[in-house]
Amino acid sequence: MSWPAFLGAIELGLVFGLVGIGVYLSFRVLNFPDLTVDGSFPLGAAVSAALIVGGTDPYIATGLAMLAGAVAGLVTAALNLRFQILHLLASILTMIALYTINLRIMGKPNVALLMEPTVLTPLETIGLSVMLLKPLFAFLVVVVVAVAVIAFLTSEVGLAMRATGANRRMARAQGIGTDATTYAGMALSNALVALAGALFAQMNGFADVTIGVGTIVVGLAAVIVGEVVLPSTRVALAVLGCLIGSLVYRLAVATALNADFIGLTSADLNLVTAVLVAAALILGNRRGQIGAWIGRRTTVGGIARNGPVRNAAAHTGTTGPPLATTTSNAEARGKGGAE
Amino acid sequence: MIKAEALSKTFNCGTPMQAVALRHVDLAIPEGQFVTVIGSNGAGKSTLLNLLTGDANVDTGRIAIDGLDVTRWSAPRRARLVARVFQNPLDGTCENLSIQENLALADSRGTRRGLGRALDAPRRTRFRDHLAALGLGLENRLDDRMGLLSGGERQAVSLLMATLRPSKILLLDEHTAALDPNTARLVMDLTETIVHDNGLTTLMVTHSMRQALDHGERTVMLHEGRVVYDVAGPDRAGLTVDDLLTRFHRARGEALDDDTLLLDA
Repeated sequence: MSWPAFLGAIELGLVFGLVGIGVYLSFRVLNFPDLTVDGSFPLGAAVSAALIVGGTDPYIATGLAMLAGAVAGLVTAALNLRFQILHLLASILTMIALYTINLRIMGKPNVALLMEPTVLTPLETIGLSVMLLKPLFAFLVVVVVAVAVIAFLTSEVGLAMRATGANRRMARAQGIGTDATTYAGMALSNALVALAGALFAQMNGFADVTIGVGTIVVGLAAVIVGEVVLPSTRVALAVLGCLIGSLVYRLAVATALNADFIGLTSADLNLVTAVLVAAALILGNRRGQIGAWIGRRTTVGGIARNGPVRNAAAHTGTTGPPLATTTSNAEARGKGGAE
Repeated sequence: MIKAEALSKTFNCGTPMQAVALRHVDLAIPEGQFVTVIGSNGAGKSTLLNLLTGDANVDTGRIAIDGLDVTRWSAPRRARLVARVFQNPLDGTCENLSIQENLALADSRGTRRGLGRALDAPRRTRFRDHLAALGLGLENRLDDRMGLLSGGERQAVSLLMATLRPSKILLLDEHTAALDPNTARLVMDLTETIVHDNGLTTLMVTHSMRQALDHGERTVMLHEGRVVYDVAGPDRAGLTVDDLLTRFHRARGEALDDDTLLLDA
């Protein structure tokens, strides 16, 4: 892989790390499968791009993009909580609505930002090349967001939010207004995804209504890969896992796309991602069988090398957000079995 | 203290599934009293508890806790006054959060939650002391996931959680029913200690007549949504399980007229 391609992958990995954290908040913390992100990612891009073209300061534009994302999250939450629409469907409705809204905000399917000031402009005076500056800036943003999210989730309110997703009835019995925590979590989640969209648009020099397609799958991939790399129920490690997962995923994709002998092009990206995520989930559902298979292999071969894998699986336990632990265990076992 | 007046609740009203859970139940429990509630399945025990906690809304009637009319309050709002332990240990705790996180949640029950850290050193020390008092060796497992604990251990922690914050009433919903006899005894002993030490107004729903008589100062029998027997003081002191069974059969007999075939022991 070339140096620019590597830096590009890191930059994308970091930006989508924000999406990963957002998806972690909705899917894992709140236990709310939220597809709104496919709309709030381009929403962030559209709002920031339209405002910047209109002469607004890029930082203010980015802030307003986050606000717009938060509102999108609130709409989905309201459809679910207030009007009892199934969460998945509620989020799809918001996502579809956002497609039109994004077109309206930009006034056309895409907006170019190449000659406009962006959040990077004030930093260009440092003297670093833009190629290095972009991943560096993304890294700074991601670190600030990750630290803030971790601090929030370990606070009283954050703990209340986690309890809401983990056991709603218990949370209510402890005096937690579960509707309020759900609204807050959905707003935060989609604000982060919109921030990612705004950064993506400004770093790549354009906003387009179609850039949101598959955002949820990429975010989920980051969360799932993160859970494989850092299997833990601790918040700090889980959030860190989202970032590492996103980076690993992007680097893997870049490697695959850059390896000519495989013959993949960027057009294959969504299919590859979908297949990867589906495989991870299927393995998660079959972990019992796979575990048994590994067990047999280990006994027959008399090799203890799968030992640590089994320990890791036992440690993560049988419970937990079903998607989370099952997937990580299965991945661990799947890898062990493939050796 | 609890004052329930003319509580009625019907589920699936107006449909073929219509089920009357409570019919004009009046219940007044003075401060500090430990009341046990018995009744067969469908007698309305759980509904009574759910109405008191705010998990379900009353059709008619009024509920006052500590002199406050809470009839229209949501469950989270009532949490300031009401502590409860669920029948299923899984319901009362978050299995994916650590023991100390669960305790921290309960330690802020009914208070305003801010952005301060949920777990700090003083809190951890306090939690460790409380857990040590349970005598289950949980004081060294603060960071363990709740899901790693056995049912009895989880129920003991649930009890502790219910008492971390002062509350006006403690509601126990068959909280030993899912436990093996030994663990059930342990949790029941713990319950006695906690209720006694804190002078809590307590309502304990139970399936076991033995348990209903062995604990508390007053026993209320529900049947088909009505209070059919309410006994306390000297009348209750000499009461045996057989007496209670007789009462129970009489109540059932009256309800079912003379369908004696159903009066199995």
